Amino acid sequence: MLAIIDYGAGNIGSVQRACAETGIQSVITPNPADLKKAERIIFPGVGAAPAAMENLTRTGLATVIKQAFTEGIPILGICLGAQVVLDSSEEGDTPCLGIIPGKTVRLKLQDKVLKIPHIGWNNVKVTQLHPLLESIEREDEFYFIHSYYPQPAKKENIFAVADYGGDFCCAVGIKNYFAVQFHPEKSGRLGLQLLQRFAKWDGKIPAKSENRGK
Amino acid sequence: MLSKRLIVCLDVREGKLAKSIKFVDTKDIGDPVTKARQYYEDGADELVFYDINASRANRDITLKFVEAVASQIFIPFSVGGGIRSIEDATKLRLAGAEKVNVNSAAVKRKELISEISGAIGAQSTVLSMDVKKSIKTRSIPSGYEIVINDGTVTTGLDAVEWAKTGEKLGAGELVVNSIDADGTKDGYELTLTRMIADSVGIPVIASGGAGKPEDLYEAFTIGHADAALVASIVHYGEYTCRQLKDYLHSRGIKVRTKF
Repeated sequence: MLAIIDYGAGNIGSVQRACAETGIQSVITPNPADLKKAERIIFPGVGAAPAAMENLTRTGLATVIKQAFTEGIPILGICLGAQVVLDSSEEGDTPCLGIIPGKTVRLKLQDKVLKIPHIGWNNVKVTQLHPLLESIEREDEFYFIHSYYPQPAKKENIFAVADYGGDFCCAVGIKNYFAVQFHPEKSGRLGLQLLQRFAKWDGKIPAKSENRGK
Repeated sequence: MLSKRLIVCLDVREGKLAKSIKFVDTKDIGDPVTKARQYYEDGADELVFYDINASRANRDITLKFVEAVASQIFIPFSVGGGIRSIEDATKLRLAGAEKVNVNSAAVKRKELISEISGAIGAQSTVLSMDVKKSIKTRSIPSGYEIVINDGTVTTGLDAVEWAKTGEKLGAGELVVNSIDADGTKDGYELTLTRMIADSVGIPVIASGGAGKPEDLYEAFTIGHADAALVASIVHYGEYTCRQLKDYLHSRGIKVRTKF
């Protein structure tokens, strides 16, 4: 069973509908007991990090996610699920889950013409091979809507970047946890393909993940 | 680099697709869910649904319709028409709309913008403005005035000032719809679009008047728009979304071409 974590953070119905479109059965649940039985987990979320962490801590879901990670359950984070996985977030100076070393920071733009939030379709450039990013090419675009992004301390946890007044990290990973800043559920066919790959992922990153140098 | 967006607008009346010309003479032109799916597959970057004659009585029809759309298209879409409260906005979000558009009700009570933005986030709050050219006066220095109730009522509000107010109150995006250009196919109101795009720090969507691919090109280059909204030129099959995007791409505009 694939479980989508419900912790009151935004449009999770669209994640389930996108899964259904590709033939993936899923359940939306706020219940730690259900999540403990899940074979794989999607950790979505739109909104602010402080409120999200407060919810996750209060409901015990923070512990459940960390435990699932330790047990090797494949987890896909989306948007907030890519941000709160780091040690902390600059947004409200919030302590986070600490699964990946690093910090979530606000987009800093030199170019006055660019606007925050970063809303719209942008290219995702794969910097390190990962089973979930397989077959993504340079011209492939995904839908973004955010003001903050994850900045892992170590390069080995960065898998893709996007360019918005300079490259920023948009895909992070460690072992069986993988997360994207963009929204696969709103990114058309290419996004649905990513969800399909997740549904089949064994939670492992092949040892020889080399830098593509893009 | 961020792409310029092509947004298809579908006017919906009681669950059916309609296209208005200067906001009168609306007529049904097909099933909006089927059309939406077609535009999604053809490369539209986003869809917007305006619920014409939205009323309390029709609210459930609208929510059912939004749910049906949400299970068919996997790109962002927004819904506008008759949104007067946080509750209206939250229900539409839960039904699957990425964003909601507020218009007349926000002009009548501007706090609505901050209330909705506070509840569902600025990124999901779109301020849609209907604008008509007027003579420049002290209270309307830009020469563009906000009109409401489908363009039938003037408000005395300056369009540029209203755009700035909207941003300040928490709108994450603006739709600048020219009532003069709407349905004419003579091109977008470029002066207006540019004036507003240059005075706010949030994305601006040009709306009203698209008749040919060059019009979109001008909305991005001359009008400084972040997105261009189209309706009749795709509804009646004159152009497909792919054709519009291929044209823009050939003119050097960064658009999403693989979908």
